[in-house]
Amino acid sequence: MPYIPHTEAEISEMLQAIGVSNVDELFAAIPENCKFTGNLELPDTLSEEEVTRLMSGLAARNQGQSDYISFMGGGVYDSIIPAAIDAIISRSEFLTAYTPYQPEVSQGTLQAIYEWQTFITRLTGLDVSNASMYDGSTALVEGVSMALAKTRRQTVLLPETLNPRWAKVLNTSFEGRGYKVLTYGVEENGTADIASLKDLLEDSVGAVVLQNPNYLGVVEKVDEIAAVVKESKALLVAAVNPVSLPMLKPPAEYGAAVAVGEAQPFGIPTSWGGPLLGFLSCTDALKRQIPGRVVGRTTDTNDRDGYVLTLQTREQHIRREKASSNICSNQGLNALRATVFMSILGKEGLNTMAENNHLRCQALIRGLEEIPGIELPFGTSVYNEFVLRLPVEAKLFTKFARECGILAGIELSGFAGCSNKDLLVAVTEKRNHADIELFTDIVRDFMEGTL
Amino acid sequence: MTRESRWCSELQESLFTKSREGVSGYKLPSWTGAPVTVNLPEGSLRQNECDLPSISEPEVMRHFTALSTLNHHIERGMYPLGSCTMKYNPRMNERVAALPGFSSLHPEQDVEDIQGMLEALYILQDMLCEITGFSDCCLQPAAGAHGEFLGMQVIRAFHLANGNDNRDEVLIPDSAHGTNPASVVVTGMKPVTIKSGADGRIDLEVLRAACNENTAGIMITNPSTLGLFEKDIVEISKIIHEAGGRLYMDGANMNAIMGKSRPADMGFDVIHLNLHKTFSTPHGGGGPGSGPICVTEELAPFLPAPIIVEEDGQFELTSYQEQRPSVHPYFGNVGICIRALTYILRCGGNGLTRVSEIAVLNANYIKAELSGVLDIDHSEDCLHEFVATGKQWKEKFGVRTLDVAKRLLDYGMHAPTVYFPLIVDEALMIEPTETESLESLKLFIAAIKSIREEAENNPELLHNAPVSTPVGRMDETKAARQPDLSWMGPCNCG
Repeated sequence: MPYIPHTEAEISEMLQAIGVSNVDELFAAIPENCKFTGNLELPDTLSEEEVTRLMSGLAARNQGQSDYISFMGGGVYDSIIPAAIDAIISRSEFLTAYTPYQPEVSQGTLQAIYEWQTFITRLTGLDVSNASMYDGSTALVEGVSMALAKTRRQTVLLPETLNPRWAKVLNTSFEGRGYKVLTYGVEENGTADIASLKDLLEDSVGAVVLQNPNYLGVVEKVDEIAAVVKESKALLVAAVNPVSLPMLKPPAEYGAAVAVGEAQPFGIPTSWGGPLLGFLSCTDALKRQIPGRVVGRTTDTNDRDGYVLTLQTREQHIRREKASSNICSNQGLNALRATVFMSILGKEGLNTMAENNHLRCQALIRGLEEIPGIELPFGTSVYNEFVLRLPVEAKLFTKFARECGILAGIELSGFAGCSNKDLLVAVTEKRNHADIELFTDIVRDFMEGTL
Repeated sequence: MTRESRWCSELQESLFTKSREGVSGYKLPSWTGAPVTVNLPEGSLRQNECDLPSISEPEVMRHFTALSTLNHHIERGMYPLGSCTMKYNPRMNERVAALPGFSSLHPEQDVEDIQGMLEALYILQDMLCEITGFSDCCLQPAAGAHGEFLGMQVIRAFHLANGNDNRDEVLIPDSAHGTNPASVVVTGMKPVTIKSGADGRIDLEVLRAACNENTAGIMITNPSTLGLFEKDIVEISKIIHEAGGRLYMDGANMNAIMGKSRPADMGFDVIHLNLHKTFSTPHGGGGPGSGPICVTEELAPFLPAPIIVEEDGQFELTSYQEQRPSVHPYFGNVGICIRALTYILRCGGNGLTRVSEIAVLNANYIKAELSGVLDIDHSEDCLHEFVATGKQWKEKFGVRTLDVAKRLLDYGMHAPTVYFPLIVDEALMIEPTETESLESLKLFIAAIKSIREEAENNPELLHNAPVSTPVGRMDETKAARQPDLSWMGPCNCG
């Protein structure tokens, strides 16, 4: 059997030591009415080669972003992944290690998480970061929960332009908890409707969420939103794209109490949407509400510097039903991926990446602006994503584009006033001049064929 | 045979002190088109420059490689961690999951482009249902606790759909994992703790007394955290169902019973599985894991969207926007699911049954060899793990379970799970898993025996342990009272 090191002779020796005559006797505690007497209807054991062939066959029936040139985003992006990352994370010291509950033999994992926390606080400008969350949506849920717990209020306001998949996860999570989820509107230019936010901002509101850039790709009026929230008792929770943070105004600069987001573009394969990597950071005042694991630096009995999981009295294994959250894991290995990514890119690389996402998106927009018949309904003041409005159903265009080797974007039908003619198009640092020219050529060809 | 295992690793300065101004960053793809300018509204740019480090790639590699040497890991030595199932993580799983046909897919791609992915996940769902006996499966939960949340949410939705808004009490045995009550609370229901009987199992009288018209269900870990099978589970199921509740199984210990007993046949309605335990995917220092749930037909309508639908070999995906919940923006940690599928295919049905047999054999062997050395709690009938108590060692030698655990680190092994379950004093919870060889089990047994002698003759050695690790015991009080949670110094100062 695979991965079982025992010989028959050893098994006999062990049975003898235990004092039973066969392995079945060890299962005597399972009563007859619970015994499964059949055989599992699964294939028999296969060799590594056979399974590889089977799985490779399934993989070969997919066409991904390594086959197409991708302009898909919406929270998950086709970004560069330096080779060094896979070399580090495939080391068994990181890959196969357990959660660092025994700090004496886990300093590698602990220090790496501390460095992740440092990167996140520097990007968001906030004081504290946790060890990571499952993904951006669950980070948002926890970020809002913290704000509601701190303010002891029950209502959260979400922007209409929030990633709809995140909004859905948040609604599911809050369904039973008695929290009220309300939505403030969007103006015609794709930014938040401040008047609608003001209308809803009653005393019962404990958290206001903004997303920047928002799901339409538009850069939000963060200062205006923050100013309105500041006059209320609510805390501001900013959902941000970390790639943009070396360039765009970070959450701390406009007074957000909590910042959350999806760090997948920092060296993590898109992998059909999972595993991803959520981050969560907050002001010092909120640190005792923070969910999940947190690493702190301290000293050992010989006064050597070292790291431990800390502030554990908030957590479920100590607090049980009184815990601030039921989260008991982070995305350790993916947080390590992102930490190595940020280390290798460094200041210059992260600044350039932030800028290139924006500039290449602008280059595509410049090219599209010259094509008659299409529209950019929310303008061009976008970060690395924008809405392209076609004169016909967007899915006709995405089909055409796929045949030309391009994943053109995400259809927005029904979202924030968008129709089935609207497409969300993303441009990352990976798209070069030829990719962008190809996209505009395809749009031109499509329009000529359509009109 | 046993001896201290020495580490040859150096503690590392913070990465942020290794930065030097002027070191150029990783080269990104260059731009050959006409120059483009920034087009953003006024006031949207960062005011203060972000203080990030500048370090060359070779230096970054050396830093993280040096850090890695400070970790214990499965390929270095045993992890006798009860309830964590720290088995070998097959390398082929990693290679398969990294195939671009899986790893490069965007979650919003057209179903035509992802037929192989949908088929793989569809097969995995079927296989997990076969192993557990249920009819439907959802792969969305990203971890065990996330699966618990979804499973309890499904039970709550079921009661609401039947007009039973009052059913919000969930019974939880006092031996349960801490996540169980915490997960109940986040669904808006109330956990009600029930005391275990003297034999460590659920006491039927206590259970009957706890049931009422508000009972939503019960969460049971079977086998329990004591490694014990709930012998009366069919009766328990009857009591709960008659009271109108549903049964949730925490599948953390599924490694003990594959091919031997199926949770659906015992009368459970929902189970979560930890793919990073039973199905060999790596722990990665704390994730990413995966915690799928399987449910009965009755509860299937309450599972999240989207759902994979098969018709004549063609796979479709229902819309995520339909009237169902979601606990993940996409389909869950599918990269982990691909690894688990690879593992199940490699083992096969017969192999998985053998996995459980050897896991139980290994645990019982250690228990037999250590009886007389350690006091084993509820010593009969343990399956894949058992719980010992360090109470006598504490009384006789003045050493605590914590000291024993820390001393094991000096022997090149990880500590067992300690002080859990809470119902056992000075608990040590030991689960070897099936991938530990007899030789490795003997090393562990010898280490415990040797520590037993040290406890008697030189207890100070245990109080000061570990002595051979990169750092000694850490000042956790200081860490909590004066939290230092990120490097505050500027870059380029080192």
